Amino acid sequence: MRWPGPSKGLIALRGQKNSREFGLHKFVDEYFGERIDTVGRFLLGRLLQAILALFFLSILIFVLGRTLGSPLDTLIAVDAPPEVEERLIKHLGLDKPWHVQYATYMGQLFQGDLGFSIRSHVPVAELLAGRLLASIKLALVAIGFTLILGFPTGVIAALNRGKSLDTMAKILALLGQSLPSFWVGILLIQLFAVRLELLPVSGIGGPAHYILPGFTMSLFLVAGVSRLLRTGMIEVLDSEFVRFARSKGVPERFIIWKHALRNAIVPVLGFGGVYFSILITMSIVVEVVFAWPGIGRLALNAISLKDFPVLQGVILVTGVVVIGVNFLVDFLYAFVDPRIRFSKV
Amino acid sequence: MKMEDTAFSAWGEYVRRIRSLGLVPLVALSIVVVFVLVAIFSNVIAPYSPNATSLPSRLKPPAWDLEGSWTFPLGTDQLGRDILSRIIAGSRTSLLVALQALFLGAGLGGLIGIASGYFGGWIDTMLMRFADVMLALPIILFALLFVVISEPSTTNVIVAIGLVLWARFARVIRGQVLIVREQDFVALARVAGLSNFRIIIFHILPNIANTLMVLASLQVGWVIVVEASLSFLGAGIPPPTAVWGSMIADGRNYITTAWWITFWPGLVVMVVVLAFNLFGDWLRDTLDPKLRQL
Repeated sequence: MRWPGPSKGLIALRGQKNSREFGLHKFVDEYFGERIDTVGRFLLGRLLQAILALFFLSILIFVLGRTLGSPLDTLIAVDAPPEVEERLIKHLGLDKPWHVQYATYMGQLFQGDLGFSIRSHVPVAELLAGRLLASIKLALVAIGFTLILGFPTGVIAALNRGKSLDTMAKILALLGQSLPSFWVGILLIQLFAVRLELLPVSGIGGPAHYILPGFTMSLFLVAGVSRLLRTGMIEVLDSEFVRFARSKGVPERFIIWKHALRNAIVPVLGFGGVYFSILITMSIVVEVVFAWPGIGRLALNAISLKDFPVLQGVILVTGVVVIGVNFLVDFLYAFVDPRIRFSKV
Repeated sequence: MKMEDTAFSAWGEYVRRIRSLGLVPLVALSIVVVFVLVAIFSNVIAPYSPNATSLPSRLKPPAWDLEGSWTFPLGTDQLGRDILSRIIAGSRTSLLVALQALFLGAGLGGLIGIASGYFGGWIDTMLMRFADVMLALPIILFALLFVVISEPSTTNVIVAIGLVLWARFARVIRGQVLIVREQDFVALARVAGLSNFRIIIFHILPNIANTLMVLASLQVGWVIVVEASLSFLGAGIPPPTAVWGSMIADGRNYITTAWWITFWPGLVVMVVVLAFNLFGDWLRDTLDPKLRQL
């Protein structure tokens, strides 16, 4: 039984280990080469990338909104007289060329104006704010579960390489990546809430309400983190400098917690942004199963009601959050990984 | 002489690898093969028509339950449909959707990855930023949006999954192309006056074919889960087609009294996805070990 590689399907997500050859980094290096240090250049490059990504996101949403269905269809009745339609087209600026429309749309975005819900006529920004908080709280709990469960299993597996504990951790990791989360959620509700009556069935409330959905959401990440950590730790434990430290008589405890774990955390952090976007994806299904009042369920409701402005807002906000978190992760990465700090460009 | 032939042919290499498989890849491979066979012959194997309702025999428990019988080995759902037959019929839908979505995603992703890696520069930056945005968007949300706006149908589910899948391919393929592009034979081809198109088709493509296959195999499980999730959320293939995801959703209302409606399809999804993941791992280690390092 061989432990599958460090990250499996996720290699596809992260793609390049080192994305510095992207044009933007070259640009930053050329223009700011001498004036700022390596970390500064790295972060500036990443910031430009994030801004470009946000620009693409806004275009994607703009195009989706204009091509997948005219906003008119949802705003007025099918049998409305043509004058009404014309007036609305004028009012919404749909008769102007597309770049003017895009500029108007971006201008509204910068003012925090996401439009109004077609169904409830509440500003989308207001709708989102409350829901986003509930989703973020749940995501934090899921991250907490990931740390509590993923780290020990990864470390234990690495320290017991090839033994039965390692095999068990591997089976857990494989299960975590193969289980359909909605199914797990339903079964957990059935077992812990209905049969054993230990935890609430669904909805938001006290701390107990967070346990089942948080755990369900974290399963995939626990698997990923423990695998990454195991591979990372084994790599460090096999390295020259650990062998040297051992021969010098450094206590094993110190080697494991100081040298191995600290170095093994770097790749986990590198996947942090990817994991976060997986978490957001998971949250939609999990929120539906647990009747959680978050943005995932808001989006699903908006879809079934064809409430396009709300949906647009949800996609925009989640995209911004994910891109922002990715940038934050890069920021942390620059400080944790000395290779970035001391690399010569 | 015969021995040598086997030793140098690619097929002989595969045969030898399959013979020397460990227990885990062997089991995974068997499950994958069984799944594909069941999907192909689902019409023949299924004991009943997946959509045949029979109200007198509704909500029958599995055979080993006191009230169950071997007429319906895994029980029946709220409309009296045989769960085993529906799971068997669902395997065909799953396989068809997964294959076509992968084909679309790998094709698009391969094309974009090659363009990005081969031409580099601003094309590369733009395409990769776009890929990043696609990766940053909650996949299911995008697919949901696409399917709902364009009306749920099998084709739209396939297109939606394909459209979110390409970015995963593009990133890795681009990386591979960057490496291949710098090889001597590509430089020689250029010196010999080959056009970009010919270089890509005859020199780049054959060298990334393995990676493309490995990536595709690693994504099968994921595609099956996404399809099931879409169906679970009610934006997948419309009823009454038997789909694993919607079977799980159907059973939710009956979970306290009839757990088997939800349990079996979920278990099958898990086993099939697990098998595909293990199989993908094995394929990667066999065809393209360097991908492990990423």
